[in-house]
Amino acid sequence: MLGSSSALFGYLLRLGDNALMLGHRLSEWCGHAPVLEEDLALANMGLDLIGQARSFLSYAGEVEGRGRDEDALAYLREAAGYRNILLVELPRGDFAFTMVRQLLYAGLTQRLFEALATSRDSTLAGIAAKGARELAYHVRHAAEWTIRLGDGTEESHRRTQLALDELWPYTGEMLEIDEVERTLIEQHIAVDPAHVRPGWEQALSEVIRQATLQLPNQNWMQSGGRIGRHTEHLGHILSELQYLQRTYPGAKW
Amino acid sequence: MTETSWPLWEVFIRTRNGGSHRHVGSLHAVDATMALHHARDAYARRGEGVSIWVVPSAAITASDPGDRDLLFEPAASKIYRHPTFYEVPDDVGHM
Repeated sequence: MLGSSSALFGYLLRLGDNALMLGHRLSEWCGHAPVLEEDLALANMGLDLIGQARSFLSYAGEVEGRGRDEDALAYLREAAGYRNILLVELPRGDFAFTMVRQLLYAGLTQRLFEALATSRDSTLAGIAAKGARELAYHVRHAAEWTIRLGDGTEESHRRTQLALDELWPYTGEMLEIDEVERTLIEQHIAVDPAHVRPGWEQALSEVIRQATLQLPNQNWMQSGGRIGRHTEHLGHILSELQYLQRTYPGAKW
Repeated sequence: MTETSWPLWEVFIRTRNGGSHRHVGSLHAVDATMALHHARDAYARRGEGVSIWVVPSAAITASDPGDRDLLFEPAASKIYRHPTFYEVPDDVGHM
């Protein structure tokens, strides 16, 4: 049985690292989006996620009680120390890939955060409640784009379906639980994603239907990020993300 | 990056302190729904507004700058249209 504070630390790292990596991936669009309007939208959403990462990681450092702050956790861990799901570390791909990933991640996470807003841990509940409101917009934005791209031109349909096919096997990790979650679910601190899964699947299928896309008919799922087994892509993110902090430790603006 | 041919939209925002929607700028969007999204991101991300309108720029009929004299000049000499001749009693205060 895992101690409850180390379970909470592990849980917060998972939530925080997801937000950190996806926020970074969205930030890579800055200056590269198809149009200026979308450049702003992507940067806004990226900043929402970085904000969530800061809250989760600050609190994680507090719970851990070893004096690590948000920066130490974000910038000074080795790749195997990160607990994000593989979905969020995949390269940004094309615009369809980015939008479908945002739809898949934000769709489930928004529901999870809504449920976490009644967590017995009031700090976690507060961070989740704020995050849920931000993610609600991400879901809507990504859904509108998915529908327009899927039901758009032949080329946009092809690319969006391809993105969905590539990303789908990475969604299973969002629904996994292990000892960390089980310990906290028992204490009404964490939420079992199984509770929000039916609502998520229903909402997602509706978007997919409107977008004239097909959910891939396969059940085999990728796994490993949550226990620190990452794709090669994470190392590349870290070399960029951690460069400044490692070259100039404690640098201030 | 390809050249965009998305239609142009005019954005109007009503601020927190009430009043009417005011024109804040314009943007490109594929349709009305996306125009609202972009307007939120471009013009209301610092909590400026409580309501957004987007209107296709093509729906606006504008006056011809060449007609400026014809349309506006006559008003300049009709000072009696400006209520500036009334003595406002002190008790009324700011009007």
